[in-house]
Amino acid sequence: MTTSAATKGNQTNGKESMISLQQLTKVFPGQARPAVEALDMEIPAGEIVVLVGPSGCGKTTTMRLINRLIEPTSGRIILEGEDVTKVNPDKLRRRIGYVIQQIGLFPHQTISDNIATVPRMLGWDEKRIRARVDELLAIVGLDPAAYRDRYPKQLSGGQRQRAGVARALSADPPVMLMDEPFGAIDPITRDRLQNEFLRVQETIRKTIIFVTHDIDEAIKMGDRIAILREGSQIAQYDTPERILSAPADEFVGDFVGAGASLKRLNLTRVRDIELSDWPIARIDSTRDEILSALRASDKGAVLLLDEARRPVRWVAGRELQRDDRPLMEIGLPPEALVQPNATLADALNEMLKSRYGCATVVDDAGVYQGNVDFATVSAEIQEMRRDARERSRAEADQMHAAEAAKA
Amino acid sequence: MTIFDYLSRQGDRLFGSAIEHVVIVLISVSISTVIGVALGVLTYQTQRPRLIVLGVTGIFLTIPSFALFGLLIGPLGLGATPAVVALVMYGLLPIVRNTIVGLRSVDPAVVESAQGMGMGRYRRLLRIELPLAWPIIITGIRVAAVIIVGIAAIAAVVNGPGLGKDIFRALARFGTPTALPQALSAVLGIIIIAILIDLVFTVVARLTTSRGIRA
Repeated sequence: MTTSAATKGNQTNGKESMISLQQLTKVFPGQARPAVEALDMEIPAGEIVVLVGPSGCGKTTTMRLINRLIEPTSGRIILEGEDVTKVNPDKLRRRIGYVIQQIGLFPHQTISDNIATVPRMLGWDEKRIRARVDELLAIVGLDPAAYRDRYPKQLSGGQRQRAGVARALSADPPVMLMDEPFGAIDPITRDRLQNEFLRVQETIRKTIIFVTHDIDEAIKMGDRIAILREGSQIAQYDTPERILSAPADEFVGDFVGAGASLKRLNLTRVRDIELSDWPIARIDSTRDEILSALRASDKGAVLLLDEARRPVRWVAGRELQRDDRPLMEIGLPPEALVQPNATLADALNEMLKSRYGCATVVDDAGVYQGNVDFATVSAEIQEMRRDARERSRAEADQMHAAEAAKA
Repeated sequence: MTIFDYLSRQGDRLFGSAIEHVVIVLISVSISTVIGVALGVLTYQTQRPRLIVLGVTGIFLTIPSFALFGLLIGPLGLGATPAVVALVMYGLLPIVRNTIVGLRSVDPAVVESAQGMGMGRYRRLLRIELPLAWPIIITGIRVAAVIIVGIAAIAAVVNGPGLGKDIFRALARFGTPTALPQALSAVLGIIIIAILIDLVFTVVARLTTSRGIRA
């Protein structure tokens, strides 16, 4: 046994669990092997739990067991401490938001009527429903006045997806099930919608079960990832960091793929790392001052800032000495600007395009914060590796201690 | 005697027959719609009952109308009743078939999302599936109505109401001066009714179809 305690399904770090699946099993008629076999899993409140695995592993079946679109063969589903395995499925579903890949907006109803579906079934009065519809449209970034009376066919794919999310949120359910919600959307829009959804989630704090087959999406969206193998067996249930740095076994390692180190760069934000020192100087400094700042460092260029400390120009030492034109006309305009909440992967991408192999971090107001260069990224990767090794070692020690205690 | 002379003398009576014709068609189409949509709703999800219903209503349409009217005299006698029953039978196939096709063409993702939001079977059918299938269903009703307008003329053999009476009477005394104008004006009346019903249904279909699914 090499599986650590954290990889099992019943570990939520002491957080209150919103959904608890107990020995959940589904055998489809005429199939010898269960699609979901004795699954135990705790879904902590307010987190995005991503179910990810190869096709046919049972992840979508597992999700549909939770709102009982598929009735379990055996086992129990506990929602907010209540056993919902046998309650009226329609009433149960009104407590659980549901978003599917094709979105499934009702084409004959306006966006407003689509969103009002569950509140109407719950008997809300029309005034409250109208207010809720407008509130939700604003939350998902659709202007209520412009979109509430439109029909689904008058919306783009991305807008429909947002309307679908608004509809799933309509009656403020504590739980949302999302089955590849961004799967049918072009990559650029998908990235934007994922970011927006994460921003929305920061305010709504729903418990979300998110199914995808895309490990990169899982890493991006998940607070916690369950990697499933055939029969919906949990191969590892853990935070994205740990899945990447300490895969439980070969299956997880293979599934995460060869690019695990690169993927880890998606988990670290620029604001969380130590920025490197590049020489800086005010644009109104004399050339001698700028040159001495440059000579005091081991870098080849100086970043010039304006009076509000916003980057305005990169100049190299050679240019300072040989080019007599005003400072604003020599060197390069600032390039590769990233915000503190950019991921290291974003920063690396910008660096690769820049002349000096260096991305400049600026805040919302454009004020200079520091630089990220290859040395910074490399140091960060070293550190992540060291952390992962140490944790694995600590776990192994724990395991040995536990086994020794048992023996 | 021309058809115009005939119409100027017998126009009022013919108009009365035409109204009767329209009424019997509308009654029959209404009954056919209720039965046909119900049969479609009951069978669209199950293979065998669906094929049986489509087979049986298909056979109805192949029975020669003269024969069917005649056969119904035994159990139902003469008059409007056997006429309506026969016309309902002829109207069923297009309505049942289009109901089944319409309901089966509803995007499964839409139905799944409705179910996933906690819409029960009846609500799903009434709020989602039938409205989405409606343009196809009403096309079936329109086709049925136009078929029935023509067949209703034959209802005269069981003494049914409508323009058929004029045609049969005219045929019975063919050669007399009024026979041809009478038959022609009745046939013309039936054609006009068919065109009007077709038009009315087209307009109704458009008005009763959500803007979100109009072509």
